[in-house]
Amino acid sequence: MSDNVTEAQEQMHGCPVVWSRDQKVLLVDRADYLKVMKALVADTFDMLVDLTGVDYLAMPARRPGAGVKPERFEVVVNLLSIQRRERLRVRVQVPESDPTVPSLFDVHPGSEAHERETFDMFGIVFDGHPDLTRILMPEDWQGHPLRKDYDPGRIPVQFKGANA
Amino acid sequence: MSIAENDTDAVENDETVAVDTVEPGPRERTTSALTGEGRQELSSRAGMGAKELLREVGAVLRMSESEAAALADIEADPDEDQTMIINMGPQHPSTHGVLRLMLELQGETVLRCKPIIGYLHTGMEKTGEQLTYMQGGTNVTRMDYLSPLNNELAFSMAVEKLLGIDGDIPERAVWMRMLLSELNRISSHLLFLATNGMDIGAVSMMLYGWREREEVLRFFQKVTGLRMNHNFIRPGGLAADLPAGWRDDVLDILEMLPGRLEEYEILMNGQPIWRERLQGVGVITAREALALGTSGPILRSTGVAWDLRRDMPYLRYDQVEFDVVIGAHGDAYDRFAIRLNEIRESMHIVRQVLDRMPKGDFRVQNKKVTPPPRARIDESMEALIHHFKIFTEGFKVPEGEVYVGIESPRGEIGCYIVSDGSSNPYRMHMRAPSFVNIQAMPHMMRGGMVADAVAIISSVDPVLGEVDR
Repeated sequence: MSDNVTEAQEQMHGCPVVWSRDQKVLLVDRADYLKVMKALVADTFDMLVDLTGVDYLAMPARRPGAGVKPERFEVVVNLLSIQRRERLRVRVQVPESDPTVPSLFDVHPGSEAHERETFDMFGIVFDGHPDLTRILMPEDWQGHPLRKDYDPGRIPVQFKGANA
Repeated sequence: MSIAENDTDAVENDETVAVDTVEPGPRERTTSALTGEGRQELSSRAGMGAKELLREVGAVLRMSESEAAALADIEADPDEDQTMIINMGPQHPSTHGVLRLMLELQGETVLRCKPIIGYLHTGMEKTGEQLTYMQGGTNVTRMDYLSPLNNELAFSMAVEKLLGIDGDIPERAVWMRMLLSELNRISSHLLFLATNGMDIGAVSMMLYGWREREEVLRFFQKVTGLRMNHNFIRPGGLAADLPAGWRDDVLDILEMLPGRLEEYEILMNGQPIWRERLQGVGVITAREALALGTSGPILRSTGVAWDLRRDMPYLRYDQVEFDVVIGAHGDAYDRFAIRLNEIRESMHIVRQVLDRMPKGDFRVQNKKVTPPPRARIDESMEALIHHFKIFTEGFKVPEGEVYVGIESPRGEIGCYIVSDGSSNPYRMHMRAPSFVNIQAMPHMMRGGMVADAVAIISSVDPVLGEVDR
């Protein structure tokens, strides 16, 4: 982003590293995502703490840093190395036209629920996920609530059998 | 798509399969970002080959395909009409709120389990985007309602890091935060002991656990004004200083608890029924626990000594002495024993905090985030304007994104905030420990008895408020 992100000096597995408030962030291209995540496991970043999404629709002018082209969606993965006692955040740009990223299920089985939640809330599709269904919203819900173009105060409320 | 339509479609596909268990196989399911993604329930047994088992269990155990295929053979009877799918919850008294488990049973053996959540989803992350940083605490404190102060702490630390004032928090505020979060750990674990006892059938334990927890909540009420949902830890420090006589109140709690914990040990550990209901039940290995990303007592019960307070210290945990309690078997008994002994460790920390509580301010004196003292508002027009502005508009936080993780009683609670430079978070995400921990339940239950399911749910100690958010 703007002043608080230093430009990339170093690289990890061919991806630029930026620092956000002294926290290490790796900006990974979507095509390399799965490959880099596998390589990071070998680097002892073997625990997936969190996976979530961000919809940057209302922040068109943002700069992810290191000259990476911003896209509407971003998948944010927080990794932890218990051995090194270090955290690492991986951010992947996901375009609006094709909101698909490979699933991390084969690398981190614990990502299953996080990916379902991110799919439910943002409509980002995780390719190769064994059970990509809604997790928090009802299964017949329309739309993805955490998208910025989803109006929170919308009426009628959708529930099965209710004709509000 | 309505339920009725869905069922008819499925029945057309395969008329022999019971309607309740029908769902499209994972590959047939549409992957479009539109709706109609399919049922959230257990897939039918007919579609359960070695490949699905590999996904379900093998991926966690990092098995090869042949090993998982061998696992499929162990399946007592893969015949569909020999098994039964039952719903446990969401209105089951032992499911701690509104957790629903779909269990596939053969006789009394659990073959598969799938937790189904979302019944308490109220869009708190979306709400978090509408509230200012000033108001955000009232929202996050309601997520894990058994350890509200830890939620507030994670949120406040993330906001402080974004503001760049995380190094300026006065010493007294830091030590007060430690005092409150350790007392909160005690009250949360006491409630675990109570509900764990109730679930297993030791109903008197429920009364004792709630009784002792109430003593801690009474102290919270004195300090924050509320028993729960305090909104007391705020960006920049705390809402108020400790009231007069707080030290005596804490000493009373510290004096009362050790004797009571001894009683619990006699009541629970001294009882063979209790031990047999928990020992060897819901076993999970360290490898599984790490692969699933679990944290807190669940991870520590497998023998992994990982506690963020010690391993990635925040506040002043590096200046106090305490032990990280770990188990060896990864069973429900270890998780019970860890929490019981963590109460003792928390008391040890609280004693050190009492000895070392510094004098000073309880919040940072930074006009940007700190409202003026009440008395100044009567004297100064500027103070009145400042007070009005900070409570109506909030304060602006520079652009950026940050993740802060701390050790809550249930594991790592993390707060990820993206700021666009305004006074509301652009995106506020909480990494809830219970949300991750309940994903370990199917692996704990596999092959166990249905009566043990209750003990396992209880030993995971989920809070559905933070699972569903």
